[in-house]
Amino acid sequence: MKSSSIQTRFGRRWFLGAGATLLAVAALPMRVLAAAMRPDSTFTATAVDAVINDLGGNAVDSDMIELEVPPISDNAANVPVVVNSKLPNTTKIAILVEKNPNPLSAIFYIPEGTIAFAETKLKVAQTGLVYAIVEADGKLYKKSMETKVTLGGCGG
Amino acid sequence: MAGRMRIRAKMSEEGVVDVKALMRHPMETGQRKDAEGNPIPAHFITEVVAMLGDRELVRAHWGASISQNPTLAFRFTGANEGDQIDFSYVDNKGEKGSGTVKIKAG
Repeated sequence: MKSSSIQTRFGRRWFLGAGATLLAVAALPMRVLAAAMRPDSTFTATAVDAVINDLGGNAVDSDMIELEVPPISDNAANVPVVVNSKLPNTTKIAILVEKNPNPLSAIFYIPEGTIAFAETKLKVAQTGLVYAIVEADGKLYKKSMETKVTLGGCGG
Repeated sequence: MAGRMRIRAKMSEEGVVDVKALMRHPMETGQRKDAEGNPIPAHFITEVVAMLGDRELVRAHWGASISQNPTLAFRFTGANEGDQIDFSYVDNKGEKGSGTVKIKAG
């Protein structure tokens, strides 16, 4: 029967197409897990809110994040920052400096087996807040602390 | 220029490995000017990755506000003394650096 054979062929093509789409969708999260791409536009964003929005928006204050920043930064080109997240299933730690031309300094991706801890040194343009933004169980949390800059130092 | 790294990895009695890495890099923001007033082009590390064989230990994306000669410290579990950690990084000019370290008892 002519009509049913057309239907079958249409059906098979639809099935193949759907299969290919399913494969592509299934492959996507694996590739993201294998190597997260650097979000260049988030690094060039010029406001803390814009960065947090890009990271997923709406970060809730949390005392489960330990953030160590010196209250006074004598050397603003070398400000040590330590972030330790006690939030279960922490997968990402981002560090932002409020008054820098581009607030986002770093994103650390934390796979299973790695402790949700990151330490580095930053340039801080002027007195203002340093933020730790943590992603845990797919939700965003934040903690901030002020550091006072005694000498301008973003230059270094 | 392939950058070199100084890395230390110490394992505690509880099995936590404490890793500290130091890279030699100018980390230029692109916002400074030289003595003649010409802008100094941006030159900074954009990505650092630490691996234990096939296992990714940490991946970091950086902006230009990380300090000159940057440091990175992290901690992980599930390794043995003598295991090798491989670091690699790339900067915004595509220049690469790498380094390895063997885990020592702390």
